[in-house]
Order: sequence, then structure tokens, then C-alpha cells
Amino acid sequence: MSVRGPRKGENYELSVDLNSEYRDKRKDAIKRTIASMTVGKDVSGLFPDVLKNMQTDDLEQKKLVYLYLMNYAKTQPELVILAVNTFVKDTDDPNPLVRALAIRTMGILRAEKIIDYLCDPLQKCLRDENPYVRKTAALCVAKLYDLKPELVIENGFLEQLHEMIGDSNPMVVANTVAALSDIHASATTASTSDQDPAVFVISAGTLSKLLVALNECSEWGRVAILSALARYEAQDDKESEHICERVVPQFQHANGSVVLAAVKVIMIHMRGVRREELVKQLVRKMAPPLVTLLSSPPEVQWVALRNVNLLLQKRPDILQNEMRVFFCKYNDPLYVKVEKLDIMVRLAGENNVDALLSELKEYASEVDVDFVRKSIKAIGQTAVKIDGAAERCVNVLLDLIATRVSYVVQEAVVVMKDIFRKYPSTYEGIIPTLCSNLDELDEPEAKASLIWIIGEYASKIDNADELLGIFVDTFTEESYPVQLQTLTAVVKLFLKKPDSSQGIVQKVLNTATKECDSPDVRDRAYIYWRLLSTDPGAAKSVILTPRPLISVPRTTVSAGLLEQLLGEIGSLASAYHKPSETFVGRGRVGVDKVKSVGAEADERSSAQKALQTVAAGQQSENLLDFDDAPATDGQPSGLAATQFSQTPAAASILSGTSSNPLDDLVSIFGAQSTPQQAPSAAGPAFGNLGGLDFGMSPSPAGVTSPSVGVMSPAAPQAQNQQNQQDDLLGLF
Amino acid sequence: MISAFFIFNQKGEVLISRLYRTDFKRSIADVFRIQVVSNSEVRSPIITLGSTSFFHVRVNNLYVVAVTKTNANAALVFEFCYRFINICKSYFGKIDEESIKNNFVLIYELIDEINDFGYPQNSEIDTLKSYITTESVVSAIAAEESSKITAQATGATNWRRGDVKYKKNEAFVDVIELVNLSMSAKGTVLRADVDGHIQMRAYLSGTPECKFGLNDKLVIDKSEKGISDAVELDDCQFHQCVRLTDFDVDRSISFVPPDGEFELMKYRSTSNIKLPLRIIPTVTEIGTTKVSYDITVKTNFNAKLSATNVVLRIPTPLNTVNVDCQAASGKAKYVPAENVVVWKIPRLQGGQECTLSGMAELTSTTTRQVWTRPPIDVDFQVLMFTASGLIVRFLKVYEKSSYNSIKWVRYLTKASGTYQIRF
Repeated sequence: MSVRGPRKGENYELSVDLNSEYRDKRKDAIKRTIASMTVGKDVSGLFPDVLKNMQTDDLEQKKLVYLYLMNYAKTQPELVILAVNTFVKDTDDPNPLVRALAIRTMGILRAEKIIDYLCDPLQKCLRDENPYVRKTAALCVAKLYDLKPELVIENGFLEQLHEMIGDSNPMVVANTVAALSDIHASATTASTSDQDPAVFVISAGTLSKLLVALNECSEWGRVAILSALARYEAQDDKESEHICERVVPQFQHANGSVVLAAVKVIMIHMRGVRREELVKQLVRKMAPPLVTLLSSPPEVQWVALRNVNLLLQKRPDILQNEMRVFFCKYNDPLYVKVEKLDIMVRLAGENNVDALLSELKEYASEVDVDFVRKSIKAIGQTAVKIDGAAERCVNVLLDLIATRVSYVVQEAVVVMKDIFRKYPSTYEGIIPTLCSNLDELDEPEAKASLIWIIGEYASKIDNADELLGIFVDTFTEESYPVQLQTLTAVVKLFLKKPDSSQGIVQKVLNTATKECDSPDVRDRAYIYWRLLSTDPGAAKSVILTPRPLISVPRTTVSAGLLEQLLGEIGSLASAYHKPSETFVGRGRVGVDKVKSVGAEADERSSAQKALQTVAAGQQSENLLDFDDAPATDGQPSGLAATQFSQTPAAASILSGTSSNPLDDLVSIFGAQSTPQQAPSAAGPAFGNLGGLDFGMSPSPAGVTSPSVGVMSPAAPQAQNQQNQQDDLLGLF
Repeated sequence: MISAFFIFNQKGEVLISRLYRTDFKRSIADVFRIQVVSNSEVRSPIITLGSTSFFHVRVNNLYVVAVTKTNANAALVFEFCYRFINICKSYFGKIDEESIKNNFVLIYELIDEINDFGYPQNSEIDTLKSYITTESVVSAIAAEESSKITAQATGATNWRRGDVKYKKNEAFVDVIELVNLSMSAKGTVLRADVDGHIQMRAYLSGTPECKFGLNDKLVIDKSEKGISDAVELDDCQFHQCVRLTDFDVDRSISFVPPDGEFELMKYRSTSNIKLPLRIIPTVTEIGTTKVSYDITVKTNFNAKLSATNVVLRIPTPLNTVNVDCQAASGKAKYVPAENVVVWKIPRLQGGQECTLSGMAELTSTTTRQVWTRPPIDVDFQVLMFTASGLIVRFLKVYEKSSYNSIKWVRYLTKASGTYQIRF
């Protein structure tokens, strides 16, 4: 027996009461023991005393004792053996609840000694006449596999589970499927061989059984079955259609997780459907239940919104006319609001842009600073996305600047710069307004944006040299992005108005090359200096060359990853928009693994991409022969990256665009990693910084959040806009 | 799947802890306390630290937390947490620290029953109540009785026992509509829709087969032409007892109801919403020291009906000292803690309208931050009125013994926290 504690104190009193001759007193003592256990006190010393109370007719007391056993069996393995007898006896009890309870508890005890006694009762319970016992036993097999896989295989439990898929009771089927999937998951992560008997292959026969059980079992069971259906590979398009038709009614289920699981199955099997009108019909039926999910509690809503965001990337037409339901309520939690904003921009079109803009303007006057900033960013995205609405967006921004609330003005300036990037020389009229707010700006991003605008339109701003002079004077105190922009803007100014700005350009080049600690700034200064001194004409064509127009990307993740995530709708991965390997598994995932996921996902497209890039690289080299143009563009592409990373509101968009060109670089040079930004709603701030200066130095395109540390595979998708940048970067 | 389940109080103390799987130690609870409870920065409902993900739901100063190490089904985990909360509400009437502490034994029993090895199991409240009870002594239920329970817990109609008997067979149907409105300052409707719930209390003997009919446009258009008051439902969702395949084929709602109270269906409607109350606010800032309010509430329904418990929350600037207000009916009071004027009107007959006029005095401030003007929020209830126009057309009950049953239908339209008017 274990060493007994001193004859006083709480545990001693409990021990006395546990051995009391009165039933009520004993039961009360057990309750108190459990209470102590919950708050974290060590009551393991009472093990033998509690164990004595196991043999009882009182079901509640039995449950309490079992609860205690589950917690301490591991620490007292030699004592657990005393309980085995009662357990085995209980599995023969006439009361099915007692039988189920015994088998359920035995499975979780996790003591080697118990395990050996588990197999026989389990065998019996799997064949029990009562479905409640059978469904409990089915899960117990999964528990056993988790502990000692060989026992499961030796005893033929797997075969038995496979038989139980045909059970007459739908709940048993559901739990069997859950158990088999659980075993499948742990078997596939542990070993790589396909021959492992634990691998759960869903055959055509299983499929029909699952479809039958689907309509009858409980909500949670439906999710388990739907998840299994998602893994089934349809033989032909007939079968895919059949599955879709059988699963569609589940959209009407009250439980949000059933709806999302059904969406998942449909999204997977729709790939195999060839009949266009059926696809259309399925997509049409999908919309209302997705909208309904927005009236669920905020957490469920958030998961739904993240998934809707993914679905929209694949099928932008799903919720075309539903933008209004995504309008934020004043009391929505921030994480919901941010997601709604993102989706609203996705759904924006010529027809609803007015409603959207007045809504966004409303949000921009709310209290929460983060939300206000994101709303203003959304205005910018709308302007870039819809040409016809750009002017209205600019007017809204001007209204906002007029409020003179510091963070509103700063964000508006950042956004204006993006609008200039998209519509060069269109809204020059507002430059004076922007410049008059110069003193208000204290954030690097806003400063850098305004400096960029001044440099870009230096020829049209009379006092450009004065304005830039302010920043040149404080050059060394500014942050690097501001320094880089100041440098470029001054050089632009010089090229446009060489007469008046000789002094300032000398000064800034001097400071940048001599007093600055950032190699990026220094190197850029040297490049400019040499360019200007050797061939001002070349410098002009390098620095003042027109840049490619920006656009809002349609997808935030690569095509391959998008498909993979759509196959996991409702899961954590799809809520994060990250492949699951990045946040589960044993510690950090190897970079190779992450890369291979991306590569497998769209091997072909990335191969093609690489070829394209190489071809483009050759082209650029040709250009190099007769002109300095590529080097030209090489420099702005650093700028371009700055612009890009600042544009989109949501974190995901950030990483998606700004890291793409780099990803290509990475894949060409076989570099190892591309860390991305944090997935949480609070993430975007990290993403920004990373993207800012990669044009000059191939540094990682994002900053990994310390708490999350997520890696992401880099599988870029083809986009005209990106292509151009890729070409240029191919040179590096 | 769910590896562990915790309930924390406001301070981060563990009230309930249950590890379903062994990939965690109990100390994982401390991680949550440090990273989430005592970290005010956290705003996302899911936190992933390393490979561990915490899903949390806050309710009445409690944290209901599920922990997992896998790529779990996030929607399922949250639905499960909310189901747990609902079960607690149904068992204890409320869920807060006190009720959790007082009933922890029962809660352990419950969470073991509704979840096994991280997989949610039967969580139908009615069924659970039949074998997990608040009376402490359940001296070994007779084996036969248990068999019935387990059959119910796992059966094809796991929501109903077969041997229910009532002297009087009655069914009550409550149609409850929650109106969502946001109206812009100019008085245009930005968004108006209805979240409807149909609650049913069925006290019917045997295994009755029910058929339920609404004035659903899609059904009516097919069968009887010429009825104009049909309602367009954007989406319907049903209790698990309803045969979804039947609904998918011909939109008929047929089911075997659980015994007692349950939510038969939820629906959503966005077209032709009748807004029961119309608010006309005129709020003007006079200089920097005063704001004048002139708010009119108009009813928009039949004079026989009335709106009850009407509560308007009218925001005032943060630097308000006092608000002097007169209301034609009801009581209006300035609540400094929330920066709102609360105007309560116990009863408002159809066709009636009433006005509140007031003047808020402000202190002078140095910051020139403009007042953000949060929306006016209106709560109310209107009996026997549906904003969507939905009507229950029939409820047919078929049973072997073909008894007569009495059916009652009630309608209620209400708003709480969702009826917002900007100004």
C-alpha cells in the first residue's frame, strides 16, 4: 500500500469519511475528493480508500469513482489492478448503462496492466445486443489503438469495426466511422506504408451504408459520416452526382457544423460533377445556409465567415446579391467585423458600391482604432477593385481626412497612395490637401506613403523640395522604410527639377551613404549615386519609369492550397487559411515537408511557373543588352512591394500578394523557407513590416508571430500582375 | 478532436477540467490562463500556441474552453461548446460560476455523457434528462428501464420514447421572430431581416406523425394560385427530427416530435419585412456644450395589437453631465455609466406614437475628438404579429390510435440588441 499521509489535514479527514460506515457520508466524501481534484490539489493518496467505494449499486457514485480512477490510474498503476475485477464484472451487468460505463472508463485508464484485461470484455461489448453499449465499445477500440495498436490488430478489432459499419443502428455506425477515422489518422501520421491495416479505405460498399446512416443519426454523427464521405474518391461522375444529391438536404440542418461539413463534401465531390446545371444548382443551394450561419453565436459566425471567404475565392458568384447581410452590427466582436469587411470588399461590384461606401464611411467613425483603419483600407481596396467607383472612394477619403482624427488621416494617406498607384495622374487635385496634413503624420507607413506621393508628383508640387527637405533634415532619425522612400523621392525630384534640387540630393546621398546603418538604404543610395554620376539619362529611365498598375488579388492563398483547404471546410486549417501541417504535429514542421505539401498540391502549375520565370528572366536579360531598363524596374519593384503590402486590409491578402514574387525566387534558388504572418485577426501588423523591403534584400516575406510561429508553403498562382514582377525578380 | 474541456471563471481559476485524451497534461490549463484570461490583447476566439489550439466561448464571465492538438473541426467544437451551455441552462436555469460550482458532480456526469474520447455523443437535452438527473440518489435504475433509455439515446428516433401517454393531447406552437434592422441616418433601411424560431411544445401520446404547413411561397405557388400573402423564406433549418430529404423534395415538413419542448425550425426571411416600430430621431449638437434630442416612436401595426416592454437606448456624448428629458409616455432616465438615455415605454398601442424631447449638457473638453454617435438601440415585443408575415397554416397529427389533439399557435415579434437606428 502507498505511504499514508499524516493523521491530520484535509486528506486525512477525507480518508476517514471514505471509510465511513454510512453510505451518505462516503458518497459525500467522494464528491469532496473530486472537488479537490478539480482545483488541482493532490488527492492521489486516497486512491485505495476511493477504490473501496467502487462496488456499489449507486450509478452516480460509480461514475464519481470512475472519474477519480481516470485521473489517477496513471500515477498508481499497481493499485489499478485492484479495480479490474469490478470493471470486468460490470461489463456483464444486466444494466446496459453500467456495461457501457465500464467499457468507456476502462479504455481511458491507460495503465498497461488494465489493457491486458480489456480485450475480452471489449470483444463481448462490440457484439452486445444493446446499441448504446456497442457505440461506446466502438470508440473504445480507438482508445485501445491509441495505447497499444498491436493489441487491436491481433484481436481482429479492426475487422470487427469494418463489419459494424453495416450496423442497423445509425449511432453505432457514426461512432464506428469516428473510431476508424481516428485510427486512420494516427496510423497515417505514424507510418508511411499504404499496407497498414489501420488505414481506413472507404469502398463503394461502405459508401452506400454511410449514405443510409447519414439521414438517421444524431447531428454529431452526421459530421463524422460527412467527414468520411469527404475522403471517398468517387469512381465516376455519376457517383459524384449521387453523393452530392444525397448530401444536399443536410444544408437544412440546424447545427452549423453539419452545414459546413455538408458544404465540404459538396465542394469536394462537385469537382467530379460534369453536368453544368447541377453544379449551378448546388452552388445556388449553398448560399442561403451560409448566410444563415451569420445569425449563429459570434464564434461560429467567425468560423463560417472565414470559410465563406475561402469559398468566395473559389466561386465568387456564390453570394453575389447578399452583400447587405455582411454589414457589421455595432456590437459585433471585432474579429467578426474584420472578416465581414474582407468579404464585403470581395462582394463589391458596380451595383452595390454606393451602399458599401456609405457603410464603410460609417465604420470609419467608430471607436475601435483597428476597425476604423481596416475600414479605411477597405475603401482603398474598393477603389482599386472597381474603376468606376474610384472617384466616389476618393471623395469619401477626403471627407475622412477632413475629420482630422490622427489615425484616420494617416490611414487615408496610405490608402491614397494605393489609389495613385492604380490611377496615376488622375487625382492630383487632392495632393495639396494631403500635403497640408504633413505635420499630423507620425507613423512610418503614412510618412513613407506621403513621401512617395510627393516624389511621384514632384514636378507638379511647387514646394516639393521644401516638403522633402523636412524629411531629409531628420533623415537619420526616421525608420528605414521612410528613409528608403525619402531617398527615392529626392532623387525623383532631382531628375524632374534638376535646377532647384541639386543641394538636397547631394545632402541626402551623403547622409544615406555615410550615416545610415541600414545596408538596404546605403546600397540604394550608392546605386543612385553611381547612376546619376555616370549617365543621368539612364538614371531617368531607371527611376522615372512607369510602374505596373496594382490590383486587388482574387485569392489570398495559392490555387493548390485553396483546393486543399476547401476540402477541409469547417476545420481549424480552413479557419486559419493555413495547411494543417503548419500548426499540428510534433513541434515545428520541417521546411521540406511544408514545401512538399505545396508542391504536391499543384506540382504542375509550379513547374510551369518556374519555366515561365526562367523564360521571362531570359527576356529581361535581352533587355539588359540594349538598355538599363531591367535594372530600372528592379528598383521600383522594391517600391512596388511596399505598395502592395500596404494595400489590403486583411492579413491574408498581405501575405498572399507580397510574398508571391519572393516565393518564386525561393523556388528557383531552392531556398528553404518562407515564413508567413500570424493567422490571428491581430496579425496584419506583422505582415506589413516584412513585405516592405524585400525588393532589395531577399529577406523573409513575413514576420512570424512569436506565439504562433506558422509556416506556409509557397505555391504562387499565375496572375498577370504578379507575372510582371516575377519577371523582374527573376533577375536577382 | 476535443482533447480537453475546461471551464474557467473570470480570474482564470479552473472550475471544471476534463481531459478526454492523453495528449495533454492538466497543466495546459495554466497555459490558457496566462495566455488568454490574463491577456487583454486576445481578440480571436481560437488561439493556437505551438501545436495546441484553444477554442473559447465566453458566457456570463465564464470561459468555456475546448483544447485540441489536431486540425479539429472548428465549427463542431464551437457548436459543442454552445450545446454544453444550453444543456447547463436547461438543467440549472442559468450558467454562471455559482451554478457550476454547486453542480460540478452533475456537470462531470454530463460532459462524460455528451463526449467520449473527444467525439461528441448524444446531446439531446430531453434524453439526457431521462437518465442524468439532479436528484442525487438514483439507486440503480432497473435494467429494463435503462434499456429503454439507451434505446432512446441511440435509436433512429433518439429524441423520443415510445411509451408516452397524455390524457389531453396538446401541441403548442410559438413562432418567435427576432428582427434585425439597421437604418441609416437618412432613414433608409440598410438591412432588415428576420431570424425566426418555431418553438414547439408537444404533449402527444404514442408516436405521432406530424405534418406542419406554413404560408411558404414556394409551397403555395405550387399548389394554390392566387394567395398573395405568402412569405418568401430565404432559408430554413430544422430540428433533427424533421425529415430533410422530404423537405428537399417537396418542401413538406414532416416529423415525429420529441416529447416536450424543442425548437422545430429556424428560418430567415429578408423580403417584405414589416417593421413594427419606426423611430424618427432628430439629434442636433448645439455648439460644443449642448445636444438636443427629439425622438419619435411610431407604431406600424394594427390598432388591436400593442408593443410591450419597449426600451430605447439613446446614446449621449461621453462628456455628458446631465440630460434633461421629457417623454410623453413612459419613463426616460439618463444612465451615466453607459452614456445612454434609457427610455422605457411599458405599452404602446397600434397606431399610437410618442415623442421624447431632451437636452444633454456637456462639459467642455480639450480634445477635439468628434462624437462617434453609436446607433439608437430599440428592444420591444409585439404579440400576435410576425414581421415576416409568416403564418402557420396547419399542424396535422396522425397517430395509430387517431386521437384528437388540440393545437395552439402564438406569434411574437421581438428585438433585443439588433434593432439599430443610426442618427
